[in-house]
Amino acid sequence: MTRRPTRLDKKFDLLREKTEQGTLKAASSNRALNKLASNKLAVLGLAFVTIMILASVFAPLVTQYDPQKVDLRMMLKPPSADHILGTDKIGRDVFARIIYGGRISILVGLGSALGAALIGVSIGAYTGYKGGWWDSTFLRISEVVMSFPQIILVLMLVTILGQSLMNLIIIFTLTGWGSLYRLTRAQMLSLREEEYVQALRAFGLNTFTICFKHILPNALGPIMVNITLSTAMFILQEAGLSFLGLGVPLNIPTWGNILNVAQDLRILQNYWWVWLPSAVTISLFVLAINFVGDGLRDTTDPTMQG
Amino acid sequence: MPSQEKVLHIKGLKTYFPVRKGLLRTVAAHVKAVDGVDLEIYRGETLGLVGESGCGKTTLGKSIIQLVGAVGGQILYHEGEQTFDLLNLSPEEFKHIRQKIQIVFQDPHSSLNPAFTVFGSLQDPLKLYGVKTKAERRKIIGDLLEAVNMRREQMDNYPHEFSGGQRQRIGIARALCVNPEIVICDEAVSALDVSIQAQVLQLLQEIKEARGLTYIFITHDLSVVEYISDRVAVMYLGKIVELAESEALYRTPRHPYTQALLSAIPIADLDRKSDRIVLEGDVPNPVSPPSGCAFHPRCPKFKSLSEPEKQRCMGESPQLSDATQLTQPHLVSCHYPN
Amino acid sequence: MSADQKVLSVKDLKTYIYVNNRCNKALDGVSFDVYRGKTLCIVGESGCGKSITASSITQLLPKLSRIESGEIVYHSERGDIRIDQLERNGPEMRALRGAEISMIFQDPMTALNPVYHIGSQISEGLQYHSKSTLAQLKQTSIDLLRQMGIPLAEQRVDDYPHQFSGGMRQRAMIAMAMSCKPKILIADEPTTALDVTIQAQIFELIDELKQRHNTAVILITHDMGVVAELADHVAVMYMGNIVEQGTVDDVLRHPAHPYTEALLKSIPILGKGKQQQITPIQGSTPDPYQRPKGCQFKPRCPYATEQCQTFPSSQSISETHDVLCWHSEKVLIHA
Repeated sequence: MTRRPTRLDKKFDLLREKTEQGTLKAASSNRALNKLASNKLAVLGLAFVTIMILASVFAPLVTQYDPQKVDLRMMLKPPSADHILGTDKIGRDVFARIIYGGRISILVGLGSALGAALIGVSIGAYTGYKGGWWDSTFLRISEVVMSFPQIILVLMLVTILGQSLMNLIIIFTLTGWGSLYRLTRAQMLSLREEEYVQALRAFGLNTFTICFKHILPNALGPIMVNITLSTAMFILQEAGLSFLGLGVPLNIPTWGNILNVAQDLRILQNYWWVWLPSAVTISLFVLAINFVGDGLRDTTDPTMQG
Repeated sequence: MPSQEKVLHIKGLKTYFPVRKGLLRTVAAHVKAVDGVDLEIYRGETLGLVGESGCGKTTLGKSIIQLVGAVGGQILYHEGEQTFDLLNLSPEEFKHIRQKIQIVFQDPHSSLNPAFTVFGSLQDPLKLYGVKTKAERRKIIGDLLEAVNMRREQMDNYPHEFSGGQRQRIGIARALCVNPEIVICDEAVSALDVSIQAQVLQLLQEIKEARGLTYIFITHDLSVVEYISDRVAVMYLGKIVELAESEALYRTPRHPYTQALLSAIPIADLDRKSDRIVLEGDVPNPVSPPSGCAFHPRCPKFKSLSEPEKQRCMGESPQLSDATQLTQPHLVSCHYPN
Repeated sequence: MSADQKVLSVKDLKTYIYVNNRCNKALDGVSFDVYRGKTLCIVGESGCGKSITASSITQLLPKLSRIESGEIVYHSERGDIRIDQLERNGPEMRALRGAEISMIFQDPMTALNPVYHIGSQISEGLQYHSKSTLAQLKQTSIDLLRQMGIPLAEQRVDDYPHQFSGGMRQRAMIAMAMSCKPKILIADEPTTALDVTIQAQIFELIDELKQRHNTAVILITHDMGVVAELADHVAVMYMGNIVEQGTVDDVLRHPAHPYTEALLKSIPILGKGKQQQITPIQGSTPDPYQRPKGCQFKPRCPYATEQCQTFPSSQSISETHDVLCWHSEKVLIHA
C-alpha cells in the first residue's frame, strides 16, 4: 500500500528542489506583507477600496456633473451616453451622486471607526492594565452601552442632537466604542502578565508609559483588523439610517440617502438605475473591506501556518 | 567570596493571595504562598532558593522586589549605615531601592518587548534614573551588551532576531543597567537548552565577580544550584525547611524532604545508581496546608515514628533551628531531623 | 542482542518540514532499531529533531510536512508493516495507533480533554480497538488507574482532568496509552513539566510497565540524568541526524562524538560540588535554513579539520556502538 500523492506534495517537491539547488529566494524581511500579498481576495479587495477612495477624492476629475445640480428637463432618464447611470427624480446625475456620495459615506465609516477606536482603545488599555474598580466600572458602562439596541440609541440621539454629518459621526462613535474597548481590554489582560511588563514595573516606570508606550504596540494587530471591519459596519449603518431618512440630511449625497428614494415603490420597480447602483456600490465596498480585514486578521494571527 | 555583612534581612515574611468566591467575590480563603520566612542574605554570596512548584520560591523573590505585595513581616535592606524597611518606604526611597535590587526572568521569549529594539527596551529605565542624553544611553547600553558577551551593534536589533540564550543575556544586561547590588535570578536558566545553560551560568559568575553582586538564585534544578550557590535554602509549602552551606546540604541533608528531593534527581553518572526515596502522593494545596508540620503526610520518616512523636508532628509546626554546633550554621525545620 | 526481538526498524528516515514556503530538513537520514522490553532514549537539544522522529513513527506530523524517504518498519505479529507507506489517517494507521503503538505527551495539562471525565478518555482507545461492553470498559479503566498507583480509583474514574494534579494527569495519560497493551510506547519528554519528586514516580511507573508487559519504550528527553537512569540504548541527535548511538554504557562511558562529549562536560552533576568543571559548548546551533556544509557540528567542534567539510559516514566502534564522525578515535582517547 503506497500513500496517495496530494496536491501539497507537488508544492513540497518544488520547494525541495529549489532548496537543494540553492535557488530559493530568502524570505524577504516583511513576512506579514508577503502573506497578505498572497491572499488573492485581500488584494482584490484592497484594489477596489483604493479605486473607490481615489475616485471619491478626485471626484471632479471623474465626472463633470455637479451632484447637486437640479435639471428638471432631464428627470428620470435611463442610462445613456450622456449620463452613464441615468438621472434621478429631479434630474441629478446618478453617477456623480455616487462618486461624490462616496466621500461622505467613507468619511462617516472611517471617521466613526477611528473615533470609536480612540475612545475604546484608550479606555480599554488603561483600565485593562490597571484592573480593580477602574476596570469593573468601565466594564459595566460598556455593557450598558452595548446592550442597548443600537438603532434605538441612534434614533434617540438623532432626535436630541439633530441631523447633521458631524452629529452622525459623534453618535456612531458614542454607541460603537464598546467592541474596541472589549478587544483592547482582552489583549491587555493577557499581555500585562508578560515578563517584560514585570521587568518594567520592577524598574518603577509609571502606568501610562508602560501601558501606552510599551504594551499597546503589541496589541495593535487585532485592533487594526477591528477598525477595518468597523468601517464597513458603520458604512452599512449609515446606509440603513439614511434609507430611513434619519441619517445625513438628504441634500448631501451619500450612498445611503441615494437609496432613500427606493422607499417609493414606483421608483423601486420602474426606475432601477436610481437606486440599484448605489446599493451595489455599498455591497461591493463593504465586501471588499471585509476581504481586506480578513486578510489582515490572517496575517496577524500567529497560529496560522503559511 | 561572601562576607559576613548582611545586606538583606527577611523576618517573618508572609505573602498571601486571596481566593475569591461567590457572586460578591468575597474572600473565602488565602493561598499561603509565603508563610513566615526568616532569611539573612550576606553581601557577595549566591543564595540558592530551591523547591518544587507551589513551594513559594518565586513568590518570595517577587515579594522582595515588590512585584507582589507581602501582607506581613519585614524585609530590611542594609546599605552602609542605613537600613530600609522595604515594606514601608517613602516614594523617593522606593525609587532608590528599585535601583538596588533587580530581577532576571525565566522565559526568554516573553522577557523582552517584541515591538522594541534592544536599545528601545533598555533606554527607558536609564531615562528614569537620570541618564539624560541619548548618546550617553547608547554608550551605557553598548557597554552592557559587551559585558554579556554580545556586540554593541546588536542593540538595534529586535528580540525575534536573537536566540533564546542571547535573549537571556539581554535580560541580564537589562537587570544590570541601573547598577544594582542584588540580582534575583528567577529560574534564569531553566528555559534554556542544556548547553546554553552552561554558557549563561558562566556569564553570571563572571559578572558577579566583576561587579561584586549578590545573587538570589531561584530554581527547581538542584544540580545547577549545587554548582553555583554558596548557601542553599530549601522551601516547602511557603516555609524554609532547610538552610545550609551548599556542600553541607548535599553531603548531609538533614530534613527528610531534602533527602527525598536529592535522591529523586536523575544523575548523569552511571557509576552512581541512587537509592531513590519515592515520595507518595502530591504536594498539598497551599490554601489548606496540613496541620502541624506541613510535610508530615508525605514524610518517609513519619511512618517510623512512635505515637507521641507522630502527635507532635501533626500538631506542632517546627521552627528553623540549628542543633549542630558546627562553625557554619545548618538550619533545619523538623522535629526529628537526621 | 540477537536474543532480543526487534519491534521497530527505522532506516535512513528523512522528514522535511515545509512551513513559510521554505524547506527544513528536520530529519536527514535517521536509522535506529527498537527492541522489545528495552528503553531507547533519544536525547538532544531543541531543534535536533527528536520530537519529529516520534511524530514520524506515529504519522502525526503537522500538515505542512512529510516523510520524504526512508523506511519505518514495524515488526508486528502479523508480519512487517511499512508505516511510511501507509496513509496518514487511513484505517491501517489508525488501527496501529493506540493499539500497538502508543504515545504520551509532554504537557499533561493540555493533553487531556477538559470536558470528558477521565474514565471515558482512558477507555476510548479500548472502545475503538476492541469489542467491550460499557461495564467492561469502566472496570478496565478502574483497574488501569489502580495499576498506575492512583488511590481510590473507583471514585476518581469519574473525575474531570482539572480535579487531578499534574502527576496524576500524567499517570492517567499513561493509563490511556497502556490501555490496549501496546507493543511500543513513545514518551515525548513526559516529565519535563513535572516536579522532580513526581518525575521519580512516573519513571518508576514506566519502568514497571515495561517489565510487566515487555513493552518497548522510546523515551525522548533532553536530560542526560534521565538517560543514565533509564536507558538501555541511547541515540544522541543533533540537527536532524543521530550523531552517536549505542548502549547506555557505550555512549555515557565512552562517548565517541565530540557533541556527546561536550554535552556531558557542560552539565553540572549532582554531588560533584562547587569545584566541578563545567565547560559550555562554544557557539550556538546553526539556523536550519542556513546549514553549514558537511558535518553540522563542525563550527563548534574542537576536533574539526578540513575533512569535516564532507558529511561523515557512519563509523562502527563496536557491534553496538555507531558514530557519525571522522575523528571518533581521538574523542575516545580523550574521554
